[in-house]
Amino acid sequence: MDLAIETHELTKRYGTQIAVNGLTLDVKQGEIFGFLGPNGAGKTTTLLMLLGLSEPTSGTARVCGHDPAREPLHVKRLVGYLPESVGFYEDMTAEQNLAYVARLNGIEKSILPRKIEGLLEQVGLVAEARKRVGAYSRGMRQRLGIAEVLLKDPRVVFLDEPTLGLDPDGTQKMLDFIVGLGREKGITVFFSSHLLDQVQRISDRVGIMLKGNLVAVGPIQELAKQKLGVDQERFTLEEIYMRYFREGVPAPS
Amino acid sequence: MRGLWVVYRKELEDHFSSTRSILLLTVILMVGLVTAYTVGSGLRKELEGMAKPSLVFLLLFTSTGAVFSLAQFIAFFGPLIGMVLGFDAINRERSARTLSKLLSQPIYRDAVINGKFLAGLTTIAIMLLAIVVLISGIGLLVLGVVPGWEEIGRMVVYLVVSVIYIGFWLALAILCSVLFRGMATSALATIALWIFFAFFMALVAKQAAEVIAPIPSGASESPEAILKNDQVRSIISTVSPVILYSEATGIVLDPLRKTTRSLVLMGPMEQLSISRFQSPLPLIQSALIVAPHLVSLLAITLVCFGISYACFMRQEVRST
Repeated sequence: MDLAIETHELTKRYGTQIAVNGLTLDVKQGEIFGFLGPNGAGKTTTLLMLLGLSEPTSGTARVCGHDPAREPLHVKRLVGYLPESVGFYEDMTAEQNLAYVARLNGIEKSILPRKIEGLLEQVGLVAEARKRVGAYSRGMRQRLGIAEVLLKDPRVVFLDEPTLGLDPDGTQKMLDFIVGLGREKGITVFFSSHLLDQVQRISDRVGIMLKGNLVAVGPIQELAKQKLGVDQERFTLEEIYMRYFREGVPAPS
Repeated sequence: MRGLWVVYRKELEDHFSSTRSILLLTVILMVGLVTAYTVGSGLRKELEGMAKPSLVFLLLFTSTGAVFSLAQFIAFFGPLIGMVLGFDAINRERSARTLSKLLSQPIYRDAVINGKFLAGLTTIAIMLLAIVVLISGIGLLVLGVVPGWEEIGRMVVYLVVSVIYIGFWLALAILCSVLFRGMATSALATIALWIFFAFFMALVAKQAAEVIAPIPSGASESPEAILKNDQVRSIISTVSPVILYSEATGIVLDPLRKTTRSLVLMGPMEQLSISRFQSPLPLIQSALIVAPHLVSLLAITLVCFGISYACFMRQEVRST
């Protein structure tokens, strides 16, 4: 059993404000983990700390066996990140954007053209490959972001609100793609989202963050048993989540 | 190292293909060429029928054309090049959300800011070299004079000093782009600082000298007091890169100038008689006079970049 992500009492403080409070969780390799919580709960801060983009105030984290605060380059080589609003160089084409990121990752120049073409085919952007990214729609940008994430053949992929703003077809394709990553390629997917029905559809396990604290973690079935006290087939993640949300953060024992 | 060169190459490509740089270069080239032609033909008229003095080539840069001399032109527009190349270096990436993308790649964080600074410096060096070579070409055509080794040496020193000087403004613009979120804000901040250094620093130095080492008015106006006042004023002025640069290039480009002081207590007749006996300085001697200026310019530029480096490395990155 290989742990892709583990954290222990991971904390981030901004002055007196606590953004993430003693987060302890682990995610197995190949798992699809849904990270839920209201805005400002600390989800993005956690992602940034796991990537090595933000330094934790205390606590430790390990991604693929490396500490992102101490060995950020090792982590960044193995982890792909798709932020909520992904940015590209608007004046360059999709190919040029991908080529730049590929060169930053040290990918051999000789295999670049083929690799980029293959990726663009995978995400369905071959027709628009030569157009400036400035002319792309949101759906196209998300797809290009996915291509970029896959460029480095990652072992773990962090997605921040991957289906936000996509039309139903794009959403379906994105969800299928996420499931494919986990099941077929064995890539660990750690994603955060508000859209609970989608999270319910594809996650192996979920974690619920409230005001910087992880109030629940586990397979949805287990959480249903705990919160709704039932063993039934028909429950929604929304009901479970709203229960937790209304109860708020449990007082420290 | 790999990250640094990848960022450097991309920024260099951007600088030479962006509309902004092309416009800037076109404007500068146009003004430069017109001024060069005017100066060249003016010089040729003046020197008609005379034996050519030995250091004519440098006069191409220091004599006044229609409105200004070429050296003054570069002194004025140089900072503009540096500012245009640097004012949106970091905050453009931040607002386009590409900064967090860059920093999630396996490169060292400082590769980003170092790459941008080096690319800016390279662009400045190439632009300056192009301008100087073009102007020299025009001079050769119009004047028919070939520069000697001494003059070429002085031109090289002038180029190096100019690149360092414009590099200071590039570093300042990058600092403002690190500190300010908005690109307009950082552009205005850089311009404001330039206006202060170019126009107001002389006044500030003079006032400070008045306070620190005042010249007592009236009967006790001794030469020592005047000298001390002047010394304090020039020490305070060394904080300003504009003054450092103009003094340094003044000496490098004019071999007959032997001092940075313009405080000359001589009448016009005395000046005329002395000028008959003046001989031009060799390059080494001129360089020795301005060595402190060069070192200060280099130091100021590096300190400025060092501050922006430190600030950039400590900043938080959030993409949302």
